[in-house]
Amino acid sequence: MSTPSKVQQVETVTIRFVGDSGDGMQLTGTEFTRANALAGTDLATFPDYPAEIRAPAGSLSGVSGYQVNFGSREIHTPGDAPDVLVAMNPAALKTNLPDLRPGGMLIVNKGAFTASNLEKADYKSNPLDDDALKHAYKVVAVDMSMLTEHALEGSGLSSKETARCRNYFALGLMYWLYSRPMEQQLEQIQKKFGKKPEFVEANQKVFKAGYAFGETAEIGLQRYEVPASKLPPGTYRTVTGNYAAALGFATVAKLTGKQVFLGSYPITPATEILHEMSHFKEHGVVTYQAEDEIAAIGSAIGASFGGALGCTTTSGPGLALKSEMMGLAVIAELPLVIVDVQRGGPSTGMPTKTEQSDLLVSLFGRHGEAPMPVIAAQSPADCFWAAMEAMKIATKWMTPVLLLTDGYLGNGSEPFKIPAASELPRIDVKYQTTPNHDGAYMPYKRDAKLVRPWAVPGTPGLEHRIGGLEKDSLSGMVSYDGMNHEKMVLTRAQKVANVIEDVPDVEIYGKASGEVLLVSWGGTFGSVRGAAEQLQGQGKSVSHVHLRWLNPLPKNLGAVMKGFKKIMVPEVNNGQLAFYLRGMYPGVDPVQFNRINGKPIKIAELAGKVLEVL
Amino acid sequence: MATENTALPVYSKKDFESGVDPRWCPGCGDFSIINQVQKVLPAVGRKREDIVFISGIGCSSRFPYYMNNYGMHTLHGRAPSFASGLKVSRPELMVWVVTGDGDALAIGGNHFIHAMRRNIDLKLLLFNNRIYGLTKGQVSPTSELGKKTKSTPHGSPDAPFNPPALAIGAGATFVARSIDVEGAHLGTVLKAAAEHKGSCFTEIYQNCPVFNDGAYVSITEKSVKVDALLRMEHGKPLLFGKDNKKGIRFNPQTAELEVVVVGEGGVTEKDVLVHDARRDDPTLAFMLANLSLKPGFPTPIGVFRDVSRPTAEELTWNMINAAKGKKGDVDVVKLLAGSDTWNIK
Ligand SMILES: Cc1ncc(C[n+]2csc(CCOP(=O)(O)OP(=O)(O)O)c2C)c(N)n1
Ligand code: SF4
Ligand SMILES: [Mg+2]
Repeated sequence: MSTPSKVQQVETVTIRFVGDSGDGMQLTGTEFTRANALAGTDLATFPDYPAEIRAPAGSLSGVSGYQVNFGSREIHTPGDAPDVLVAMNPAALKTNLPDLRPGGMLIVNKGAFTASNLEKADYKSNPLDDDALKHAYKVVAVDMSMLTEHALEGSGLSSKETARCRNYFALGLMYWLYSRPMEQQLEQIQKKFGKKPEFVEANQKVFKAGYAFGETAEIGLQRYEVPASKLPPGTYRTVTGNYAAALGFATVAKLTGKQVFLGSYPITPATEILHEMSHFKEHGVVTYQAEDEIAAIGSAIGASFGGALGCTTTSGPGLALKSEMMGLAVIAELPLVIVDVQRGGPSTGMPTKTEQSDLLVSLFGRHGEAPMPVIAAQSPADCFWAAMEAMKIATKWMTPVLLLTDGYLGNGSEPFKIPAASELPRIDVKYQTTPNHDGAYMPYKRDAKLVRPWAVPGTPGLEHRIGGLEKDSLSGMVSYDGMNHEKMVLTRAQKVANVIEDVPDVEIYGKASGEVLLVSWGGTFGSVRGAAEQLQGQGKSVSHVHLRWLNPLPKNLGAVMKGFKKIMVPEVNNGQLAFYLRGMYPGVDPVQFNRINGKPIKIAELAGKVLEVL
Repeated sequence: MATENTALPVYSKKDFESGVDPRWCPGCGDFSIINQVQKVLPAVGRKREDIVFISGIGCSSRFPYYMNNYGMHTLHGRAPSFASGLKVSRPELMVWVVTGDGDALAIGGNHFIHAMRRNIDLKLLLFNNRIYGLTKGQVSPTSELGKKTKSTPHGSPDAPFNPPALAIGAGATFVARSIDVEGAHLGTVLKAAAEHKGSCFTEIYQNCPVFNDGAYVSITEKSVKVDALLRMEHGKPLLFGKDNKKGIRFNPQTAELEVVVVGEGGVTEKDVLVHDARRDDPTLAFMLANLSLKPGFPTPIGVFRDVSRPTAEELTWNMINAAKGKKGDVDVVKLLAGSDTWNIK
């Protein structure tokens, strides 16, 4: 057979790498993503891994996956159905094959289809021998196990160590298939394993073997090329949402020259923010791993009392633990950012899976009248901007702010255009240093926007006490006066309502009136924008608005919704935004589209639903 | 807010009074404790604005409102978490934590042990009245076994904590005990606490005349206290009783502490254990902390343990300063760019 000499150009492609948790699929996925980023494509990724660190090898529950969608046009999501599935063992094939696009390419490590692996995956016979499979997909069955062993013959590596190099074979093959230059990956391997030269050489060898396999394959593989996208000119890097959030906080420390203090307790999928921020010490970040989530937010509030910019990062169960503390931050009126990287709930729920689980608890889940601004990031890179925005709001308004991201945004990645210094927000942090009332300091004497001053320990003459008991509206002394309490409740609510001056209007994507308006929030931005784009391309009367701000809601939202016959709210939960909108805008009764399966909404599925509603 | 390097003003007790009248019940032991704290503070060498009091919830936890310093009255049990964050963030401040037996040892038990083991320089004062005062008289984690309270009308079935032993076990580097009515003694212990650098635990026996009156009369009554209290002083023999005739001896056969009488059965003062609060090994301090659990033994007051270790905030800032020194002041654009970028023209 001859190798097709022509490289075929494609606009976008979605590839999913799947294998056993120990197969290194997350690494393979991120490395391949990096190659495409460096080639200038737009992209979005979605890692999908089990909650167990090492589920039994070869088992169905131990399958770990990484999906990347890249293209020469704007990419909104990690892609609905993969065009290419790279499966490293039978369990991975079994659990992921149903997602592969009909006619898509299936690359499998034939060598892993042993009797025992087939049994662990509940296969009665080897699916690779099944003609139906070959008819439905372009099957490329390669014995990566054996070829890896061959490549490493005489290397002195144990068979276990050899097996761990297999993922680089798959990566090499994908590099060839998508016409990416080998050199940068060889360098990357050098960087990654530099401390263990024997692994540098081994992985480079196996990677080259994978690449060479593509070139010389007797089956005659079609080679593809995805050209660079038309992203705005600039310098880029890929970031995950968790990294971006950490970077946002570190940037705040740099911009303000003030200490950013993170108090945190590890919890999936928020932990990486703590990891990343612990590397930003030189920029003015202090990290503190507390004994639990309550202490984590407590330490951040304590630091904020001391004049630092306090923040705490967590996910659903941790947010629940923090609720009494958030109430304290509301009544004490101290700046604080609480990041909730949402995951499937309730309880431990689906720790590694995404869900827009906590909108209602963020808005209403505190004891007493305890409003606080709520912002939701809309993409992995937006976590950077959202973190800075949350900090800016917290310090400007002396209030705790909730920042919602989710497992998909936190772990997913996309290109991030590195902003110029001039594009960064201005964040002014002011401390009160002089008495503000007849030679005395009144901690609750507010300015015209109802913001109270911030005097911090070490400031002579402004010694004062704050805390959870209701305070006199001026002096800050403990007050049990009912009317004072009513005044304070209303004042705190009004102050948070005043934040509207910093909330941009929603922008309508599409016409300002028509049949259906899609209203989304947070992490579903990409899916919903993708569906709207597709439907508009088909001439359908569908527009889209996306909410980054959940409290206060943008001023024009009510009026915008009036322009449409139907409002449709797609969410990865059971209808939390829909419920909120019904309460906030009497007469608005959104059609709901809810998926609660731990994954981002698929564009095609949503588009189909909209067509039903139209 | 950097504290300016000006001379320390000469303070009097009044400078530490906020002017708010304490709302404790008449005769409450909390009055004498605050009185001692306000007496000691002028002499600790710190500016008023650099001292912070952080408390949880309970009668005792109202304390910060009555002090003319920076203060925060926080959540039930959580005071150590705020104080830890503040102290790590601003190591130059002097941070006190005021808490009760319920606050520190029931709802806040987790934060308490972690504050002790981290060795953050916090001066924690536990007002132990062996009862929940603010909620009007329920059993607490330090109430005696069998204690009848509003929530245990048939007697408490639960064994209590012994707070200094708990603090020693948790790794506190300073552990002491005093009593509300022993004003002078309390003052000395507070001064020692102020001087210590590291996690600092002081249990103060405090009478609640309303819900647990007389909790400590068996050791504080004038007629009994010479025999009931063992005043520990670093470097001095552990003597007590009339004319300091009784002493504590370590019996190597039983590996226990025992009471001996100097001059009886050939016992001389040399046989009596000399108190060494600086001893690195906490075993003897632990034995002393548990001494009064044994019938017929006195209750030790004073400093059980006072050892020096690097504090968590020191170690934290050493790491931060090392990172700053190594990488220098990185420009914000460099921070944003990281190491792996590409250009689109
Ligand atoms: C979350 C929470 N649970 C319960 C309470 C009620 N509460 C207030 S003080 C207290 C016990 C206080 O006892 P202690 O700590 O011994 O302090 P004391 O009043 O005796 O000084 C309780 C249970 C509360 N304020 N918050
Ligand atoms: S209830 Fe007891 S502890 Fe509380 S103020 Fe009254 S006397 Fe003091
Ligand atoms: Mg008590």
